[in-house]
Amino acid sequence: MSRRRGGRTGYLLLLPAVAWLVLFFVVPLYSLVATSLYDPTGSDFRGYEMDWAFGNYLDAVRDYARPLLRSLVYGAVATVLCLVLGYVLAYAIAFKAGRWKYLMLVLVVAPFFTSFLVRTLSWKLILADDGIVVRTLQAVHVLGPDGRLLATSVAVVAGLTYNFLPFMVLPLFASLDKIDHRLVEAASDLYASPVIGFWRVTWPLSLPGVVSGTLLTFIPAAGDYINADLLGSPGQRMVGGVIQSLFTDANDYPAAASLSVVLMALIVVMVLVYVRRAGTEDLL
Amino acid sequence: MSQAVERPTTTGPTRSDEAADGYDGLRLRSVTRTFGAFTAVDDLDLDVPRGSFFALLGPSGCGKTTTLRMVAGLETPTSGTITLAGQDITHAKPYRRPVNTVFQNYALFPHLDVFENVAFGLRRRRRPDVRRRVEEMLELVELGPQARKRPHQLSGGQQQRVALARALINEPEVLLLDEPLGALDLKLRRSMQVEIKRIQTEVGLTFIHVTHDQEEAMTMADTVAVMDAGLVRQLGAPAELYENPRSTFVANFLGQSNLVEGTVTRRGPDTLTVDMHGTAVTVPTARAHTDGARGWVGVRPEKVLIGEAGSALDAPGGTVPGGIVTDVSFVGVSTQYLVRMPWGQELQVFAQNTGRQQMFGRGDAVELSWRPEYAFLLDHAQDAGAGAQRGDEG
Repeated sequence: MSRRRGGRTGYLLLLPAVAWLVLFFVVPLYSLVATSLYDPTGSDFRGYEMDWAFGNYLDAVRDYARPLLRSLVYGAVATVLCLVLGYVLAYAIAFKAGRWKYLMLVLVVAPFFTSFLVRTLSWKLILADDGIVVRTLQAVHVLGPDGRLLATSVAVVAGLTYNFLPFMVLPLFASLDKIDHRLVEAASDLYASPVIGFWRVTWPLSLPGVVSGTLLTFIPAAGDYINADLLGSPGQRMVGGVIQSLFTDANDYPAAASLSVVLMALIVVMVLVYVRRAGTEDLL
Repeated sequence: MSQAVERPTTTGPTRSDEAADGYDGLRLRSVTRTFGAFTAVDDLDLDVPRGSFFALLGPSGCGKTTTLRMVAGLETPTSGTITLAGQDITHAKPYRRPVNTVFQNYALFPHLDVFENVAFGLRRRRRPDVRRRVEEMLELVELGPQARKRPHQLSGGQQQRVALARALINEPEVLLLDEPLGALDLKLRRSMQVEIKRIQTEVGLTFIHVTHDQEEAMTMADTVAVMDAGLVRQLGAPAELYENPRSTFVANFLGQSNLVEGTVTRRGPDTLTVDMHGTAVTVPTARAHTDGARGWVGVRPEKVLIGEAGSALDAPGGTVPGGIVTDVSFVGVSTQYLVRMPWGQELQVFAQNTGRQQMFGRGDAVELSWRPEYAFLLDHAQDAGAGAQRGDEG
């Protein structure tokens, strides 16, 4: 009797969250998928008809293959850079920072107190043609005399890396901070040099953080368009930008929606493959 | 605590001729470890013979774990040297010394199964026959069927044995056990004590066992070093430490002691006579550990005989009259009395329940006595309460 009542209480407690998800996730998702199947010849003016136009997907992939691929590549490169930078940072904060640990964590989050747009715009100054970074790179002949960073892939990836770094650092820190230091000592006691001990003990134990960090970075980075918009040129357009302009400029809703669905499906498949390959289902 | 600390008289060569001898055990010389202003280990000398089961016993914070970590290489001495089988390992990296540790709370790798935990050391050293050796080792600790389980799927006692197997399989010169049984319940602890002792006898390696549990140290070890405040207070076989403690700390930390103030009235070649609040008691010279005119006469509660006032007790050391029983607790195998003496002190008496002696109740007038060969005399400058607050948190 009490068991059944407990069960019912559990479902009651779920209700607000379920209602929220249905209202703001399931319904919009349904609407998005439905839109993606509308007659592509429709328009705002004439109205749309649902005619199960699966061809929309083929069109979307064919017309926007380059921005799609570019998004995934930029997202992946930014994620790898975030992982390398973020791991070192999270490791230092978790194991070496001592009493500065929490101050450093606050500093990692501090950029969030400023608007995303402002932070991205400020990278325009950093990477500007007569800015110190470009000048220095020109002086050491990494860049040619007319070489620039702004409006290149480098700028977009740099912006993405910068903007999503905290999403990598925080889960990595959470994972690393949980590791019992005695395990590292035990590895060292059992003939593992610091490097071997890291790869055999610390790294595998931090995998949950690595997986959640890369997901939290890759998914929004691949869908981002602000960085490409502000720091890139049309040659660096990412799929998020395409979708945005299809929705708001071209008013081609079926194309925009089908491209969104394709992007979502691609990311879901990549994430599933990744999580399985990492073998961390039981760690998540 | 103001007390003159006696350096342990260890067996083997003295400092002057230690240079290039062939000592094959573990040797610590003048090892000091400070953390800021705190001295965890203070100028420690210690010899652990090869193949022995050696216990470092002391309350928490006495420096025993720091000593162990220095031997493991997880801590570096501030000064002094550590040699193992003649080789200086003071600054050797932990992964380069033939020493393995059973950590407190085990520190098993949670992402590896039992087999891989045990195989870890062998794999790092690229030893052959990993499979066979691990299986043999799991057999020894009776964990064969658990080989593919993860540590969190095991009970505390099983985890403890994995930790033991993981260290033991590397056949270290010295195996270090850091409070290995602290997390187990009393019953399991007792059976693991026997188990570890059996394994030690079987493999014949040197074991150094750190514990705050005096009973554990005494049941398992051949040699016990009692540590306090970074120093070894006394070192010897368990029975020797118990029967002939040299300081109030050891007298109280190992078991319990009655310590009564007394004045030495005569020093003979074999015995001393001590005036103890009006009663002359004798103490063997070999058991007198002070040159002062005053001292603490010590006697273990189970060595004290209790009798009705006026009865003749079988103890040639003289009888101490005038006691009143203030508390009686019957604990089955024995009855424990608290007896208030005329000078106000309460002495403990443990009487075996042989069924033949008289039982006393609260308020009974009694007299106490003990055979003089059981008495010992300690330095009066030492605190009679030292070591009495035992760390029994385990």
